[in-house]
Amino acid sequence: MTDISKLSGTSWDVVVVGGGNAALCAAIEAAEAGARVVILEGAPEPYRGGNSRHTRNFRCMHRGPLSVLTDAYEEDEYYDDLLRVTKGETDENLARMTIRTSEECLPWMEAHGVRFQPSLSGTLSLSRTNAFFLGGGKALVNAYYNTAEDLGVTVAYEAQVKHVTINEGRFEGLDAEIAGQPCRIEGKAVVLASGGFQADIDWLARAWGPAAKNFLIRGTPYNRGVVLKDMLDQGAESVGDPTQCHAVAIDGRSPKYDGGIVTRLDCVPFSIVVNRDGERFYDEGEDVWPKRYAIWGRLVAAQPDQVAYVIIDSKSIDLFMPSVYPPEQADTIEGLGQRLGISGNKLRETVDAFNAACRPGMFHPTELDGMATEGIEPAKTNWARPIDTAPYYGYSLRPGVTFTYLGLKVDETARVTGPQGRYENVWAAGEIMAGSILGQGYLAGFGMTIGTVFGRIAGKEAAANVA
Amino acid sequence: MSLDLINEARRQIEICNACRYCEGYCSVFPAINRQRAFADGDVTQLANLCHNCRGCYYACQFTEPHEFALNLPKALAEVRAESWERFARPAPFAALFQRAGVAIGAVLVAGIAVLFLALQALRPENGEGFYAYLSHAAMVSIFAPAFIAPLAIVALGLRDYWREVGGTAIRLPHLRAALGDVARLKNLSGGQGQGCNFEKGDRFSNARRHAHQATLWGFLLCFASTSSGTILHYGFGMEAPYGFFSLPKLLGVPGGILLTLGCIGLAVLKTKADRDLGAPKLWGGEMAFVMLLGLTGFTGLLLYAATGTGAVPALLAIHLGTVLALFLLIPYSKMVHGFYRLAALIRDAQIRGAA
Repeated sequence: MTDISKLSGTSWDVVVVGGGNAALCAAIEAAEAGARVVILEGAPEPYRGGNSRHTRNFRCMHRGPLSVLTDAYEEDEYYDDLLRVTKGETDENLARMTIRTSEECLPWMEAHGVRFQPSLSGTLSLSRTNAFFLGGGKALVNAYYNTAEDLGVTVAYEAQVKHVTINEGRFEGLDAEIAGQPCRIEGKAVVLASGGFQADIDWLARAWGPAAKNFLIRGTPYNRGVVLKDMLDQGAESVGDPTQCHAVAIDGRSPKYDGGIVTRLDCVPFSIVVNRDGERFYDEGEDVWPKRYAIWGRLVAAQPDQVAYVIIDSKSIDLFMPSVYPPEQADTIEGLGQRLGISGNKLRETVDAFNAACRPGMFHPTELDGMATEGIEPAKTNWARPIDTAPYYGYSLRPGVTFTYLGLKVDETARVTGPQGRYENVWAAGEIMAGSILGQGYLAGFGMTIGTVFGRIAGKEAAANVA
Repeated sequence: MSLDLINEARRQIEICNACRYCEGYCSVFPAINRQRAFADGDVTQLANLCHNCRGCYYACQFTEPHEFALNLPKALAEVRAESWERFARPAPFAALFQRAGVAIGAVLVAGIAVLFLALQALRPENGEGFYAYLSHAAMVSIFAPAFIAPLAIVALGLRDYWREVGGTAIRLPHLRAALGDVARLKNLSGGQGQGCNFEKGDRFSNARRHAHQATLWGFLLCFASTSSGTILHYGFGMEAPYGFFSLPKLLGVPGGILLTLGCIGLAVLKTKADRDLGAPKLWGGEMAFVMLLGLTGFTGLLLYAATGTGAVPALLAIHLGTVLALFLLIPYSKMVHGFYRLAALIRDAQIRGAA
């Protein structure tokens, strides 16, 4: 039970809003600098950590082997990888600073309880670019909470911040509701690290249109963007496009919120994908995971009812990562269509047309093999093998939102910009400002990089400001 | 076989296999990741491979209140305990003693009482040391069957286990790998030597690993002590009592100390850990067993300390009574975990070798 009178009665040096990776990095840095720190985590304790709970790795620049990372991954290559996914939607200065700082973050993370392991089985070979957390993101979050606790940081759970009071460019305090009780908290500086708004479906629908009602939210249900909206309403400068969110295609039976990593479906390259009307709509063989993975969310979102169906046969059932829900299964294509709730006859027609367009070739499941269809629209340009060996399997697909891009604009010291220039004592870190660097697309492990780099900077800057 | 327990464990294992974040903690997850579908025997094997370190539970983003409600340490603990019951003969004994500390206590009291009666009824005309109270022949006639019969029952159970998990012929590399894991207690190391999440919530600690190895090595030293006595008796005609600088004492005294301290440690840790991450119904039985094991070491030390005093007959009865109870309960108590865990590690080495 959180002691509200103590929270209200204390004059905090640094108030950290949010309880994920960025918030924890900020709190730890500020506490190590001697500041009296409180973390206001919106979720109840079992769900603490925001989307960091669901993450698993950290993309890290390094000039030679570093901890579990092999070889070298230098600034320019990292930046080129970022440019490729953002298509230029990035701030080069901030991006390069983030990349350079990532190198010193990894030892810092290890020194604060995070443990890394060699890259996981079933993933692409990421052992050069990405350091994986032993046990995943929740293990990282646990380690940071323990470190913060040891440093004397106070944590309030179920602490929903409603309004940040800013007067003439200065943070004065904030209004929160802690376990349902209204509460005023005052401090000398604030670090906003409360995530994006993807769990607010109404907000998504305003940006995306009604289709967003059918989106699934892969991460925490607690990222509702309340603080982001409050800041934007007060004139804080924003970056990113409100209509943009990062969506992947996940198992259509996944929970509405919080399904996390297990909802991924990795079988699209070996399949045909049809919509509700039993029609194909895109080249399933365009590219390998993870590029393919990131485009299918939008593709499915554009289909009627925001749903699609992956159809494979028994030749392909063992070629991809195990799925959390068993596939629908039938001995005939018609029967599979019925099980999936689409027209069996139409599915039969689509499969027949596809099979007739397949050409002989050498099938290589792990690389672009050039086994392409002929004379069919859309074409399948790789791994095009006939769907002809019973039993047949099918999964439904829905768009699964991972995060939003709209956020607060920050400078290289993580300070937030208001209507009259930079605020005196307001910093931001993590998803709430990630759009400053990642305006579009996604690079595996880069969200944790932004959160760690800016969380640490924000914590240090805030502590120095109040010292 | 309880299909409910197996199916629940299988449901959880399949979710783990889609996630794979816990791969680095212990041998269970690499074993899961090698497969896509899990037959009942596979679930039994995974359950016996699990050392209940709980690292996966505290790292899991899908534990309750999440709707996936993962609690793999508990699911596997329940399947594991159920498998020991199923492989025991007669099975109801295992059901009784695994679950009830009171039943274990009753066997202990009965064992002590039997030894007191034996001391009175079978007191020899002459003899030295312990044998002044109970002749060697009488001891052997009580303890040999009390040791051999339970081991035979365990052997039959292991044979059933080996069939169920699809084990093949055991070769030296399999044994070497498995014994290496046992010696280091690798599967409680957290994968990187930080230990497990047993008694301090999501913080790591090696306390359980150390207490467990003190218990294991203490027990083995005590066992070696008794064995060396047997060899001296039959092989060299050297009968008890033995002086301090004799094999039975040089092995037995440190063994008894390690066993006592290790069991105290395990019992204390057990009171601090979350019961719901194991098989909650077995908690009492497991605790009673740990205390019985510790008592065996402790009473042995007491008996040695009391050498030459008037307390020897009573302490002898109590010590031998605990030993008798411990032996009789081998097939039906937590003691069997050692046998099945070793079997699971050997099987795991076989599968890794074959892969």
